[in-house]
Amino acid sequence: MIHSLFLINCSGDIFLEKHWKSVVSQSVCDYFFEAQEKAADVENVPPVISTPHHYLISIYRDKLFFVSVIQTEVPPLFVIEFLHRVADTFQVCSSNVGDTLPTGQLSNIPWRRAGVKYTNNEAYFDVVEEIDAIIDKSGSTVFAEIQGVIDACIKLSGMPDLSLSFMNPRLLDDVSFHPCIRFKRWESERVLSFIPPDGNFRLISYRVSSQNLVAIPVYVKHSISFKENSSCGRFDITIGPKQNMGKTIEGITVTVHMPKVVLNMNLTTTQGSYTFDPVTKVLTWDVGKITPQKLPSLKGLVNLQSGAPKPEENPSLNIQFKIQQLAISGLKVNRLDMYGEKYKPFKGVKYVTKAGKFQVRT
Amino acid sequence: MSAAPAYSEDKGGSAGPGEPEYGHDPASGGIFSSDYKRHDDLKEMLDTNKDSLKLEAMKRIVAMIARGKNASDLFPAVVKNVACKNIEVKKLVYVYLVRYAEEQQDLALLSISTFQRGLKDPNQLIRASALRVLSSIRVPIIVPIMMLAIKEAASDMSPYVRKTAAHAIPKLYSLDSDQKDQLIEVIEKLLADKTTLVAGSVVMAFEEVCPERIDLIHKNYRKLCNLLIDVEEWGQVVIISMLTRYARTQFLSPTQNESLLEENAEKAFYGSEEDEAKGAGSEETAAASLPARKPYIMDPDHRLLLRNTKPLLQSRSAAVVMAVAQLYFHLAPKAEVGVIAKALVRLLRSHSEVQYVVLQNVATMSIKRRGMFEPYLKSFYIRSTDPTQIKILKLEVLTNLANETNIPTVLREFQTYIRSMDKDFVAATIQAIGRCATNIGRVRDTCLNGLVQLLSNRDELVVAESVVVIKKLLQMQPAQHGEIIKHLAKLTDNIQVPMARASILWLIGEYCEHVPRIAPDVLRKMAKTFTAEEDIVKLQVINLAAKLYLTNSKQTKLLTQYVLSLAKYDQNYDIRDRARFTRQLIVPSEQGGALSRHAKKLFLAPKPAPVLESSFKDRDHFQLGSLSHLLNAKATGYQELPDWPEEAPDPSVRNVEVPEWTKCSNREKRKEKEKPFYSDSEGESGPTESADSDPESESESDSKSSSESGSGESSSESDNEDQDEDEEKGRGSESEQSEEDGKRKTKKKKVPEGKEASSSDEDSDSSSSTSESEMSSESEEEQLEPASWRRKTPPSSKRAPATKEISLLDLEDFTPPSVQPVSPPAIVSTSLAADLEGLTLTDSTLVPSLLSPVSCVGRQELLHRVAGEGLVVDYTFSRQPFSGDPHMVSVHIHFSNSSDTPIKGLHVGTPKLPAGIGIQEFPEIESLAPGESATAVMGINFCDSTQAANFQLCTQTRQFYVSIQPPVGELMAPVFMSENEFKKEQGKLMGMNEITEKLMLPDTCRSDHTVVQKVTATANLGRVPCGTSDEYRFAGRTLTSGSLVLLTLDARPAGAAQLTVNSEKMVIGTMLVKDVIQALTQ
Repeated sequence: MIHSLFLINCSGDIFLEKHWKSVVSQSVCDYFFEAQEKAADVENVPPVISTPHHYLISIYRDKLFFVSVIQTEVPPLFVIEFLHRVADTFQVCSSNVGDTLPTGQLSNIPWRRAGVKYTNNEAYFDVVEEIDAIIDKSGSTVFAEIQGVIDACIKLSGMPDLSLSFMNPRLLDDVSFHPCIRFKRWESERVLSFIPPDGNFRLISYRVSSQNLVAIPVYVKHSISFKENSSCGRFDITIGPKQNMGKTIEGITVTVHMPKVVLNMNLTTTQGSYTFDPVTKVLTWDVGKITPQKLPSLKGLVNLQSGAPKPEENPSLNIQFKIQQLAISGLKVNRLDMYGEKYKPFKGVKYVTKAGKFQVRT
Repeated sequence: MSAAPAYSEDKGGSAGPGEPEYGHDPASGGIFSSDYKRHDDLKEMLDTNKDSLKLEAMKRIVAMIARGKNASDLFPAVVKNVACKNIEVKKLVYVYLVRYAEEQQDLALLSISTFQRGLKDPNQLIRASALRVLSSIRVPIIVPIMMLAIKEAASDMSPYVRKTAAHAIPKLYSLDSDQKDQLIEVIEKLLADKTTLVAGSVVMAFEEVCPERIDLIHKNYRKLCNLLIDVEEWGQVVIISMLTRYARTQFLSPTQNESLLEENAEKAFYGSEEDEAKGAGSEETAAASLPARKPYIMDPDHRLLLRNTKPLLQSRSAAVVMAVAQLYFHLAPKAEVGVIAKALVRLLRSHSEVQYVVLQNVATMSIKRRGMFEPYLKSFYIRSTDPTQIKILKLEVLTNLANETNIPTVLREFQTYIRSMDKDFVAATIQAIGRCATNIGRVRDTCLNGLVQLLSNRDELVVAESVVVIKKLLQMQPAQHGEIIKHLAKLTDNIQVPMARASILWLIGEYCEHVPRIAPDVLRKMAKTFTAEEDIVKLQVINLAAKLYLTNSKQTKLLTQYVLSLAKYDQNYDIRDRARFTRQLIVPSEQGGALSRHAKKLFLAPKPAPVLESSFKDRDHFQLGSLSHLLNAKATGYQELPDWPEEAPDPSVRNVEVPEWTKCSNREKRKEKEKPFYSDSEGESGPTESADSDPESESESDSKSSSESGSGESSSESDNEDQDEDEEKGRGSESEQSEEDGKRKTKKKKVPEGKEASSSDEDSDSSSSTSESEMSSESEEEQLEPASWRRKTPPSSKRAPATKEISLLDLEDFTPPSVQPVSPPAIVSTSLAADLEGLTLTDSTLVPSLLSPVSCVGRQELLHRVAGEGLVVDYTFSRQPFSGDPHMVSVHIHFSNSSDTPIKGLHVGTPKLPAGIGIQEFPEIESLAPGESATAVMGINFCDSTQAANFQLCTQTRQFYVSIQPPVGELMAPVFMSENEFKKEQGKLMGMNEITEKLMLPDTCRSDHTVVQKVTATANLGRVPCGTSDEYRFAGRTLTSGSLVLLTLDARPAGAAQLTVNSEKMVIGTMLVKDVIQALTQ
């Protein structure tokens, strides 16, 4: 399957290699560098590259390339999935540097080690929902859906057997599970029943997609215009809360990729602060909380390269926000029960709604 | 990866290759900062007696290896430590050996005896790692030793060691392929292994060593299908991919007969097709209707594979989801392939590499099965932040999905894309528009106009791409577009992109008779600039000249000769050739008049319009999800996906010889069981596949596999002596689960009081999430039985009421119930309601009247005989207004005493209810004699939600915790209104309050009678009279808030229908739509 693995940093140095079969020379990566040059942007390096003797399958995560060398037919997603797991492991390892490597253990439950002990037994669940949306020029929703995950942090001794039930499980349109979940219980009773892995893990991810049910919590008023034959343009955006169900919307940031001809921006804001990077042409406006009494706005002039034709398209606005203690789909955890152990665990559920890929076309 | 920047900085400043600089190694975290020039210190450290120093040295050496530095000169010093007692040192020495043994074979041999000893170690971990290293050392001399070790390990007691043996097989095979025959023997043996741990690894070995030996799979096929869900993710991918190939060789194509039978459009056929889609049971019906042809019957093993892989669509691993998706694409009947779309669309939210691969596959699938992804059209909309390669793939998919109905939306989307800053993407969009225009005639003119407008775009690339696409479109209907050609001709002055210029010239030449006055002028201009043009343009200039010469030689003779002379001396030989060739053809000369007479035919022959088609067309001859599919070229080691066989090979090869007592659960039995089940399902409103039908048939296969694997399992279990006893509770395999659940149950029985812990408050740091319903552990115990009983009984009670029920109840004692603490969710109960509805219909001849809804929905279990210690309690929603409080749902509770002592003082205990929910208790029943039954009415105000009402049912001696969860349809009461009123109210409830879904009505459910029946059975609504025959209207009000619920079903011919629900209560509306659709489509 996977022959070798190379880790390459963004300046093109191979700083780690691992060979599972015979050793493959580092020079195989030259094909990768070639493709990288051609792609110009790291995002556009094709994940699968065919070379005369090998195939290279790579992923890009956190400024590192994980390049694997393949010799024979193998499902590409198999390799990509594996590389991402490797990257995940790196993330964990580099955050808590220890001398001892995790020891491989044999357990009847492959995802849980035996003999776990805690003095405080706790089980926390974070219900995190993200709204993916495309809003068109006129403010109507082109596309919207809710993507949710339940992340768990379980610190329970022994072999607890948990079951988590929802008030309204039928909201969940499409669900994917951690392998620990008993699928049949879900199918028949809509209850998540599982022996959890120890520590942090993602229990389920789900999608809620009945479009008319997605409440978009913010609206944006915008007017961006570039004048023909003049080196300036006007930029004006205002953001406000729509249906926020009594919760405040916080952590709002607006990111705009301005066209290349923009040289600089002179803006004033009624709230928060903004930065414009003249190199990458990225405008970032950090708004913070919205209060409905006074809507935050950002307006001013855009300086364009003189002589260059005015940009054809207005840039789209990418919006981030966060609403605490609310799952926008209305999903609610009903109860959590534990079997198999005698102690009384401390349990908690937290809800957060965020903007996912939330884009406003202008 | 917080360390990422650190790497880049370090390496950014580091010296060139070859020079050792261990001190900078970021991975070492500064531990290795001592002297690094020589390896002497390392050797010294390795020679000491201190394990800590050895470990230190080995860490540094392994770090060197990881960074690609040469550490081979340390071999002798390291190999000595192979016998080291310290397990940490040992591990690292192994890592070193695996890397360098191939280079230093002689020295490596010194270590072999240690591994051989390790293979006999009592610790399974050491046995496994010894085997792993031994098989990783690529030294040809030890092949016989490896072979021996693998053979031995393949029959090791520990499944972990057997798994390692499976891993070693491909390694040995790649070292010495002569061992193939012996290795196949080992593979055969391991394939018979019954542990999930081994299954994935051995199939991987099978795929690498002997993928052609499909015969080895026969006996293991069913076992693999059944184990699949419990195999680890990597193994699942490999097994699914292999089984796809296997199925293609062993089963008949599920679609083969569809085309054949379509001619024979008898009604009976369609009815039976329905069933085939569900399963293999409809033998008789199909055979009866089509005696002449042999009907297609899906092999039960084929069905088994489809059924057992389906849950894996919900895996978190993208690779597994893709594997199942390709399996369904290649193996499932058309009607069933649709299920994969949802899962694949989910993957689009994953990492961009995953998106890239998934989109490639979706692109291929969407050509063949467009309908499958149509509902998800919007999920392929493009964001400006997507990487270009993803944008282009999404565009491909959008283009494939475009059809007559959705083309306006798609084109509107494309319009926004055209203004993107990403020019490659814009070019691709223009091509996509061109493809839409060719595929969908209706929009051709619109597209063409749009593209012509783009010609005035400021960006030259956009213009150029448009020209190219316009050229292709014009070729389809040139006559009407003289104007466009003129417009294009004007562009030659400005546009510089060679491809576009060439396209314009070709168009003018080809259609010169439409622009007779402009064409010569264009040629004149081009002749002027000829020398400065690109080659591709020059060729077209020659073409244009030749065509004009043939049609209009008076004006262009001289120009043509001028151009040809220029071309004659061009630097490019292609152009010189073309010039010479053209001259001979068009200019009549003395020698060869033969050809020039036909010149006009040669040059001005009508040319077929190009077909713009997807580059993903026909890619599906590669197995989807494979590397070869992605590259569109055969990769090394790719196994061709075979075509379906004409005649099915003998299915009995998959029968497994098993001891007598398990045989009953084998093939024959299963068939026998399935037959009545499926043939039944055509007549009545069948149970949902997932909730009701599956458990039955699956428990069948489960029990089979558990019994089959029973002996193997227990032996393997006992191997893990060095492990905690407690771990045994774990979920080893699906088949084990029932046994294991049983264990859990018995355990719990032993400590019934000790579980108070689990009933603790649902506490949380957010105020909103505190759970209101509480139950003590005891009552949860009670509920266990009913929950499972309820799932099992309904289908059987339909067929053989008395006798079968008893046997099922016995069975139920033997099959332990799953642990179920909370109220059964509505899904179970609603489908059950539908079930029982069917039952009451067949039993009593209840004629549905127009305005009164069905008076009673089937009974549901509240308290089971066992749990209730002889007290059986059922409930029904009577659908009569509750006398005490109009906001309450009236529930009839039926008590019967099956114990031999009277039960006294039946009443409702203090209910703990979620906010808003209220209960009107029934009057206490003083005594219920043995064998006697009683009915009481209670009212529950569910507050317009489907939350369960939990309360206690008390007798003098006991308390039972029970819960009633209403199907959403019971939360309303019918109202009477006229058609006009209905329309008026509906008009008020538009927009957000309207939920519309499309559905297909099955044959069995197209008559007025059934539709009304099913809708009113699902929801307590009243029918509203309606003028048109195929529209059904129903109205009701929710009980608590009195909000209107209006339901419209618009049935069109051929079964398509649209369901609309208008209600202020959006949640109720959505749930109602789901329920009604479920009821109607079953």
